[in-house]
Amino acid sequence: MPAVIPEDSVGIVEPQKIEFTEPLHLSCGRTLDSYHLMVETYGKLNADCSNAILICHALSGNHHVAGYHSMEDKKPGWWDSAIGPGKAIDTNKFFVIGLNNLGGCHGSSGPNQLNPTTGKPYGPDFPIVTVDDWVESQARLADYFGIQQFAAVVGGSLGGMQALQWSINYPDRLRHCMVIAAAPKLSAQNIAFNEVARQAISQDPQFHDGHYYEENEVPKVGLMLARMLGHITYLSDDGMRSKFGRELRSGQISYDFTPQFEVESYLRYQGERFSTEFDANTYLLMTKALDYFDPTAVTGEPLADILAKAKAKFMVISFTTDWRFSPERSHEIVDALVDADKQVSYAEIEAAQGHDAFLIPIPRYLNVFHAYMARVEADTPNLNCEGEH
Amino acid sequence: MRADLDLIKDWVEPGKRVLDLCCGDGELLHHLQTQKQASGYGLEIGPENITKCIAKGVNVIEKDIEEGLASIKDNTFDTVIMTQAIQIMMRPDEIVDEMLRIGKECIVTFPNFGHWRARGYLAFRGKMPVSKFLPYTWYNTPNTHFCTFKDFERLCVERNIYIMERTVVDNGHQHRWWIHLWPNMLGEIAIYRITK
Repeated sequence: MPAVIPEDSVGIVEPQKIEFTEPLHLSCGRTLDSYHLMVETYGKLNADCSNAILICHALSGNHHVAGYHSMEDKKPGWWDSAIGPGKAIDTNKFFVIGLNNLGGCHGSSGPNQLNPTTGKPYGPDFPIVTVDDWVESQARLADYFGIQQFAAVVGGSLGGMQALQWSINYPDRLRHCMVIAAAPKLSAQNIAFNEVARQAISQDPQFHDGHYYEENEVPKVGLMLARMLGHITYLSDDGMRSKFGRELRSGQISYDFTPQFEVESYLRYQGERFSTEFDANTYLLMTKALDYFDPTAVTGEPLADILAKAKAKFMVISFTTDWRFSPERSHEIVDALVDADKQVSYAEIEAAQGHDAFLIPIPRYLNVFHAYMARVEADTPNLNCEGEH
Repeated sequence: MRADLDLIKDWVEPGKRVLDLCCGDGELLHHLQTQKQASGYGLEIGPENITKCIAKGVNVIEKDIEEGLASIKDNTFDTVIMTQAIQIMMRPDEIVDEMLRIGKECIVTFPNFGHWRARGYLAFRGKMPVSKFLPYTWYNTPNTHFCTFKDFERLCVERNIYIMERTVVDNGHQHRWWIHLWPNMLGEIAIYRITK
């Protein structure tokens, strides 16, 4: 909890729920007749609506990107290190939108929300949503705010995939695209990890085929295991060694199956905390969206050909010890962009924190971020021409 | 602008697609972009230089050239440039081959080890030359593959590389008429424009 709100924080923020009544046709063939999105915005939209930046979240993220909901909050939003007055994404200059994606569990239409046609939670009946579907819903969100073209669409991990898809689906609706710690599609190993996580959830006796809301139960163990597994893949071997090593909680081995190594209790703590905050059906949906992401899948053309239609300028960033989406995966994106003759810069940040590094304020990462945002600013007309939405 | 870059920029025609290997802080590319409507990228491994390029609006890709340029397709660029870096490469000959594969023409600059000062230093002092221009000692120099103009031109002959243009400048990067009387003795920096 902040005793005082830091000067470079967006401060106390309030989410808003935005209703959409135009049916959304999804990749899976089903249609959402109506839906709502939970959204937070920071900064002011200028008069010609040219200073908007969309933040796309990763697997477990949501609309609460920066600031605090109350003075009692233990932590600020998930990317507070990058967004705020004077920060890399400067809310004195830009209008920043964060949202909870469709299928999420933090207030947007998703498994834990009421299905308007049945009056019951969607549960496992919520349709499978893809990155394409999210981009479509985000484009409608842009329409709602009157934003014709984003100054930038920015995302890390699964969020970076959305940013990349934006550049393909709506070439005229973004000037800059920041793809951080992402991949052009998942590897077999990535999908394998996701499948283990899904199995952990769906095999939990309290999962009830996804109908656990009616049973007043939660597949806590499954969700915890899924998160523990995920967490290992977000950290690096080096990072875990330096953070935990083989440290023992009590100083000595007790020759039983209680958690004795620091890393065991850390993972259990993370897993347990996550299992009380996140929804199991959403976890299944998000991992499926990851698995299915592949901009080349529809036509079978090479990525460079798919990206040929993009008009944005790109900034791609990876982290040296990230093995979930390694630098090599970012090289694939960069190579395709070079091949397609697109404007792209690429930085490979030395970091020990693995995939998690994209959320951590590493000095060189922030330098690159600041420098690139100066370009975004230079390409934004009438930045200081303020207007109220 | 660094004087060798100042000379090179005249060899790049307007609107070309350029790749600058070891682009430093992006000064040359920035000039080519703004004055010659060039497009393209710089490759660089220095973190501070990369940030400077980004801040300038120069497209920079963090990449260690020693790891190869295989990901770049043949003839992707009109001009591939490498200034004052060929002598630090593990295999300068392979880099030149790769540059000529991915680019239609290349511009290469390097310090001339055949310059009279270097020759004199070795001849009279019996030690590897150290000067303001070549400030390293033999054990810590990144310049592992020094060559002279003659050496480079011999490589060009062996590999069937056509020299389109060449010029030599002194340590202040100035053209002086007398340098051209005996370039391998009097020129300190060689600037070559080559193609296959």
